[in-house]
Amino acid sequence: MALTVIHKMTLAELQRKFTAGDVTATEIVRTYFLRVAHVEPKVNAYLTQCKDAAVAQAERLDQSLKGWRKTTPLMAMPLAVKDNICTEGVRTTCASRMLETFVPPYDATVVAKLRAQNYLLLGKTNLDEFAMGSSTENSAFGASRNPWNIQTVPGGSSGGSAAAVAADECVAALGSDTGGSIRQPAAFCGVVGLKPTYGRVSRYGLVAFASSLDQIGPITKDVTDAAILLGAIAGHDPRDSTSANVPVPDYLKALKRKDLKRLKVGVPAEYFADGLDPEVEQAVRTAIEGLRELGADIREIKLPTTDAAVATYYVIATAEASSNLARYDGVKFGLRAGDSKDLLEMYLKTRAEGFGPEVKRRIMLGTYVLSAGYYDAYYGKAQAVRTLIRREFEAAFETVDLIVTPVTPTTAFKFGEKAQDPLQMYLSDIYTISANLAGLPAISLPCGFSQAGMPIGLQLIGRPFEEETLLRGAHAYEQATNWRLKKPLVR
Amino acid sequence: MEITKQEVEKVAKLARLALSEAETTAFSKQLNQIVAYVQKLKTFSTEDVEPTSTVLGQTNVFRPDQVQASLSSEQALGNAPDAEAQCFRVPKIIQES
Amino acid sequence: MTYEVVIGVEVHAQLRTQSKLFCPCGTTFGRTANSQTCPVCLGLPGSLPVINEKAVEMAVRAGLAMNGTIGVRNRFARKNYFYPDLPKGYQISQYEAPICEHGWIEIAAGGTTKRVRIRRAHLEEDAGKNLHEAGSGMSLVDLNRAGTPLLEIVTEPDLSSSEEVVAYLKALRELLMYLDVCDGNMEEGSFRCEPNLSLRPVGQTAYGTKVELKNINSFKFVKDAVDYEIKRQTKVLSEGGKIYQETRLWNHERGETAVMRSKEEAHDYRYFPDPDLVPLEISAEWIEQLREGLPELASAKQQRFIAEYGIPEYDAGILTSSKALAVYFDACVKLYPHPKTVSNWVMGELLRELNHAGLEADASPVPPERLIELLMLVDQGVVSLKVARDIFPDVYASGKSPAQIVQDKGLTQVSDEGALVSIIDEVLKNNPAQVAQFKEGKQQVLGFLVGQVMKASGGKANPGKVNELLKKTLG
Repeated sequence: MALTVIHKMTLAELQRKFTAGDVTATEIVRTYFLRVAHVEPKVNAYLTQCKDAAVAQAERLDQSLKGWRKTTPLMAMPLAVKDNICTEGVRTTCASRMLETFVPPYDATVVAKLRAQNYLLLGKTNLDEFAMGSSTENSAFGASRNPWNIQTVPGGSSGGSAAAVAADECVAALGSDTGGSIRQPAAFCGVVGLKPTYGRVSRYGLVAFASSLDQIGPITKDVTDAAILLGAIAGHDPRDSTSANVPVPDYLKALKRKDLKRLKVGVPAEYFADGLDPEVEQAVRTAIEGLRELGADIREIKLPTTDAAVATYYVIATAEASSNLARYDGVKFGLRAGDSKDLLEMYLKTRAEGFGPEVKRRIMLGTYVLSAGYYDAYYGKAQAVRTLIRREFEAAFETVDLIVTPVTPTTAFKFGEKAQDPLQMYLSDIYTISANLAGLPAISLPCGFSQAGMPIGLQLIGRPFEEETLLRGAHAYEQATNWRLKKPLVR
Repeated sequence: MEITKQEVEKVAKLARLALSEAETTAFSKQLNQIVAYVQKLKTFSTEDVEPTSTVLGQTNVFRPDQVQASLSSEQALGNAPDAEAQCFRVPKIIQES
Repeated sequence: MTYEVVIGVEVHAQLRTQSKLFCPCGTTFGRTANSQTCPVCLGLPGSLPVINEKAVEMAVRAGLAMNGTIGVRNRFARKNYFYPDLPKGYQISQYEAPICEHGWIEIAAGGTTKRVRIRRAHLEEDAGKNLHEAGSGMSLVDLNRAGTPLLEIVTEPDLSSSEEVVAYLKALRELLMYLDVCDGNMEEGSFRCEPNLSLRPVGQTAYGTKVELKNINSFKFVKDAVDYEIKRQTKVLSEGGKIYQETRLWNHERGETAVMRSKEEAHDYRYFPDPDLVPLEISAEWIEQLREGLPELASAKQQRFIAEYGIPEYDAGILTSSKALAVYFDACVKLYPHPKTVSNWVMGELLRELNHAGLEADASPVPPERLIELLMLVDQGVVSLKVARDIFPDVYASGKSPAQIVQDKGLTQVSDEGALVSIIDEVLKNNPAQVAQFKEGKQQVLGFLVGQVMKASGGKANPGKVNELLKKTLG
């Protein structure tokens, strides 16, 4: 077969070709690295490429498969992993000077699961430092660029993973989502991003930003691929106390139904308020009509506490982060600033040199809201408001099966456009963070393009552990439209 | 409620972050902006509302008291900025006043 | 002015689990530095804690034995501060919802008993160790201990002298050892105590300024440090000086305390619930199950020894003062059902040797079987009681069996009539006056004559037999 088309395939298509013996692992990996070499100078999706290891692994696989084609679903599938997920023997930087040379002695549970299936790790993708940001502009090693227009950001924090998938630099990727970090870049880059229910996927080996909000999830070329990759990484992990002991269904089965009959879908008015770009609103409203045509019962719902979500999120996420990032102290791993006369100076200098401005800002805010005298007013209050947000969703899900919203207020913005105003940057997370606060699964998928040709995303939010419903809704819509067929030119 | 520069300096010390003069000024302004925005939480009544520290309903997640292999010392110390005699080495510890 | 001494004590007891509190690394003392570490206890990015169930059970057992209320809904919290021996930059501890509150234990004080209230006991992870590197002025960090489960036990300020502090610590340590939840080894740091101490003028209700004492790893140092600190504070206050809230380290070589760190600028630990762990719920059923599994504690054992074995309260008190000793005594009585005889031997001969060597009964070179073997030799008339007592130190020191020692030393008791009769004849011949007195009816002279025979036999004669033969000869 013509190798030039390999990188254009979806995960499901490539699986079929590989299982049928139409393409070898070595052909896959070589084609992908040709593609990476071609577009990476423009996209900058990877922080570390694992070409030698991937080629060697592919050759081993081809060797061992001679005349015997029993495979695991992800065998030889060329994936990318966000660089805040630990990979044994492969440096894991979190896009921070602090961890520039850190090589984990262990695999994250999700990576161990992929490794057990003999996947091919193409490389580690760029992100905002420690997953804090919405554009990858906070990466200490340079931002990634949006394949649809390299003057604009790919979104963040999983911007490298989304850009890599959109630019065909990997067949699928893992991201992590604390306040929208999978869904927002997926929307900006015109790909599919799924944030699972909190507890659905093990966090063991995911470098923590905000432990009560973080989840790992797939970023893929279509909904089917998201179902495949989610199935591969989901499940209970005894090493993560916050992973749920809930059976993992066969997510592909959820895709069999092509209509949305008897599915009740809620549209919250609060997600279509001020600040929503008219082009985005238009695309999302058209998509909602599309859902109705597929048989969905569309209903107006109310989620008034949405107004508190950003404030709640930035108190809780920064408080947890300030504590999670205390371990970067120059003692056991990572950067240590030189020439300190004593321990205190070593701490102060190491952390000043190792962290970028956004990370420092969030550590400062988080430390402040937890400090003596302020706990109740900020952290305690935010935790209570978080309960209100959860309850509101619980109530909504008594009347609807899915909630549909925009993913972002605008399409991908230009570099530097929001970098000077942290609060404005935070406010652009308004539509995605509630799912994290309530622990709900949510998916972002393409639903149109702006006049300027930039992708627009549609978000579906579901009940806890009902990723099947999300996937069913997303898949039916995807199959009824042609958005996924449009590809960026990367120039 | 204004966060003073002194408070910013105190928080920076708690967080072990050496800030430049410019950073202190910028953070003072930005933290005030963000904290002012966060005041909107006060408009939501949370009387008798249980705080959420985890969205999971589960309790009592345990592991059995069984020893498993530790890392080798090469692995344990492999990422250390400075190591000596199988230990992590740090500059002298002076008690802060 | 006279001052009243107010003391509270904080104890950190290492729980005897096989693995650490939040990861499966071992907890063995004295291993090569950093050889018992993993991503979790090194605080590597991405690692997560999972609670050791056994540690929770041990903490609950201790809480119950301290007569405390067990917290049904527990939460672990992060205590945030920077120190090289604290790998994550926070310690996982308990803050608002400890595992046990409002307990008490009784101690002997000034000839009576006193109830010391336990404010709280909570589970937390231990830190690693910082070692000073000679010459360089740098410090070395060993994280083998990091993550070992600790039970922190805090009293109310109920103690008022160094004697009471020591009595409390001994009682608490014994209690934890009875429960088998702590090995009590103070030198290795398995049982660490930090008294806090303040003085106030007699009659004043407000507490004075509190000083915390650290670096105390024996009961003797506890007493010395507390006594020193009482004296120091008394002197400072009487001279119109001021006590500062601070932590002072005990220097046993110099016999004084010195400031370690000042608490003027209070720490801000920013406690908050650890989002990596879910709540811990200790149900009433679980508590009951653990309560039923509690071993017999010292006071119950003491009552049983009195009731079941009929030994005096004094004996029972001593025999239950350590779990190891009580177990030893129980084992002896099982082999040899004469409790008072056993008690005399254990409290006398055995404890004399053990105390001298600084050993607990479970480390006794004379196991219960061997002690009973010796007692049986007496009963069987192989040796006299006196010989048995005399050779006990040999049995203790040599590790040989009593029978072997008796044989080696030729100490077998003489019960052979022929041999005894010739000694008796000799004694009677040399003591005609006493013989005459006996014949006149003075029965008590018999004792004197028995003594003479025993002496002449070198202590080997069987006294019962001698008595019998003497009566027969004189009769």
